Amino acid sequence: MADPLLDIRDLKVSFRTDDGLVRAVDGVSVSLYEGETLGIVGESGSGKSVTVMSVMRLITDPNAQFDGEVIYKGTNLMGMSQDQIRSIRGAGISMIFQDPMTSLNPVYKVGWQIEEQIREHEHVSRQAARDRAVELLTAVGIPNARERADAYPHQFSGGMRQRVMIAMAVSCNPDVLIADEPTTALDVTIQAQILSLIKKLRQDFGTAVVLITHDMGVVADMADRIAVMYAGRIIEQGTQRELFYDPQHPYTWGLLGSIARLDRPRPRRLTAIPGLPPSLMQLPAGCAFGERCAHRFERCRETPLLLDRTGTGHLDACHLSAQQKQDVRDRAIHPELVEERP
Amino acid sequence: MTDGAVELALLREGPAVAKGDVLLRADHLKKYFPIKSGILIQREVARVHAVDDVSFQLRAGETLGLVGESGCGKSTLARCIARLYDITSGSLEFEGADISKYSRRQLRAVRRDLQMIFQDPYASLNPRKRVGAIISDPLRIHRAGSRDQIRRRVLELLELVGLSAEHINRYPHEFSGGQRQRIGVARAIALKPKLVIADEPVSALDVSIRAQVINLLDDLQDELGLTYIFIAHDLGVVRHVSDRIAVMYLGKIVEISPAEELYQRPVHPYTEALLSAVLVPDPDLSASRQRLVLEGDVPSPIDPPSGCRFHPRCRYATQVCTAEEPPLVQHGSLGHLAACHHPLSFETQVNAWATVPVSAEAPLSETAIT
Repeated sequence: MADPLLDIRDLKVSFRTDDGLVRAVDGVSVSLYEGETLGIVGESGSGKSVTVMSVMRLITDPNAQFDGEVIYKGTNLMGMSQDQIRSIRGAGISMIFQDPMTSLNPVYKVGWQIEEQIREHEHVSRQAARDRAVELLTAVGIPNARERADAYPHQFSGGMRQRVMIAMAVSCNPDVLIADEPTTALDVTIQAQILSLIKKLRQDFGTAVVLITHDMGVVADMADRIAVMYAGRIIEQGTQRELFYDPQHPYTWGLLGSIARLDRPRPRRLTAIPGLPPSLMQLPAGCAFGERCAHRFERCRETPLLLDRTGTGHLDACHLSAQQKQDVRDRAIHPELVEERP
Repeated sequence: MTDGAVELALLREGPAVAKGDVLLRADHLKKYFPIKSGILIQREVARVHAVDDVSFQLRAGETLGLVGESGCGKSTLARCIARLYDITSGSLEFEGADISKYSRRQLRAVRRDLQMIFQDPYASLNPRKRVGAIISDPLRIHRAGSRDQIRRRVLELLELVGLSAEHINRYPHEFSGGQRQRIGVARAIALKPKLVIADEPVSALDVSIRAQVINLLDDLQDELGLTYIFIAHDLGVVRHVSDRIAVMYLGKIVEISPAEELYQRPVHPYTEALLSAVLVPDPDLSASRQRLVLEGDVPSPIDPPSGCRFHPRCRYATQVCTAEEPPLVQHGSLGHLAACHHPLSFETQVNAWATVPVSAEAPLSETAIT
């Protein structure tokens, strides 16, 4: 396989707080190859956003400590100055966020905001930048783009604002587009519009996409490969098919089981994962998921490494053997088969 | 409920509504918000038609799901039913009495039986009150017993929603989102209400926690015989909890149907589009399903489209749709109503979930837990 476009190597991010050290990201390694879509799935506090924010060097909190490398086209982004990283942001790697209202500047017209980004990275005339902005707004499906470019963000609906964000993000033909929960704030019908727009751009420009979401449905629709995060670590990583049809980690089973699915008969009960995620200040010794896991045994007191236990390149961090997993998995995921405990 | 349940003064006589009787009936319910303009004299210049002519009834013991996109009026409808808003016109009968014109004083008695759970467990709990005070507030307001009785009842409620007695003196900020929502649930059921309106109760929660809270609401319904109105934009969640589902669009109910039938055989094109937009956590199915992407946004409820309000986005729309508003009429089986001039054929349609046999659904009577 060719060299990865973006290679995150043993990234660690922690924050000093009054109550102690919060290990938000604890040794994450993941690669993104040209043209592919990588899904990063996890719940709040799992470290998925902190991971990509660190890649973009957007965390400026003086209490943050970083360790590890992020290699993009042969250079380590973590070693760059903020001035150097500015030439990468937007042009090489760009990002769209969950809430387009807070990520667009409310006091500037949207057309101007796109022009500004183009002119920051390329030496073009105002008029040329303007024409590009209108072209981009048209491409992302904003009707009457030439007039709408003179509107302010609040004059757009949520879905339209997300389209503007996407237009801005792809304005300098980036190699990598990072989308952090791009559709979480949107209604289902608008979500469908935005996802099909991202698909179209991916196809037209060959952009590689990192898609961060908590929604297994979104990665089932979009991702080529998926990494599942829990308490600051990747606990399972594989192709889309592996993750959905041969999941290895009990947490992934829990995620799949707790969804109220429309494509299956209604179960009597959903299989909830008991308990709460651990505090990132005092991670339990051993497997971080151990306390909530129904399949815990003695070895879980040792921290499981993210290893290829199936021999297919599909990684997981669980001590159970492949056979043991096979035996308990179906019952763990399909709620109908779960016996009700008193 | 356990044998040692605290008997409170509020466990009163009065017209008991048996399971299956009509508990709530809304008739031509309307809620318009005036938009005013002017400096000294505020004149009404326009109206937001938030809920526009909604009629339905709800039977004791059932769960009615309410779905629709943001701005469709589902939350406004919930707040009208709880009478947190005044109703512009129409009637609202709760246990046989029209409460649509009740004064605050009259409503106080009704609210014992009609409680609400809110979406945001961070905003709906007073950060300066301890959990014990938050849950006992409704009991004290309704003078539901002595201090000692109320305290015992609070402990019992904490246990019921899966929290422990030691939590009673803590503040809301010490809890996670899921636990806070449990506190909100305990407060809502403290007075043993008949109807609980849950407005997006799990939308702010993580997936794994969401399932915990849904299961809790399910258990409580079985144990306490609650009736729910359950609002959510997640169609999977709504289908899981509901017996019947109403789909709203721009202030109107466009389709209302038994839950499983709505998913198997939607009649209204909007319902069809909504279902088609749902993502399934199964890559093969996701790739093979044909998706109808609805163009455009929901129009403004200030000046809603003429005729059928969905016509500007509807792929089946014709002349008649712009001119005439379609009435809600029966399609398919009893109790399946839709408002559409060009309804999808109930018999011949190929639905998106064809792989799922309808009969595979567990009968309702089996939902009781031991």
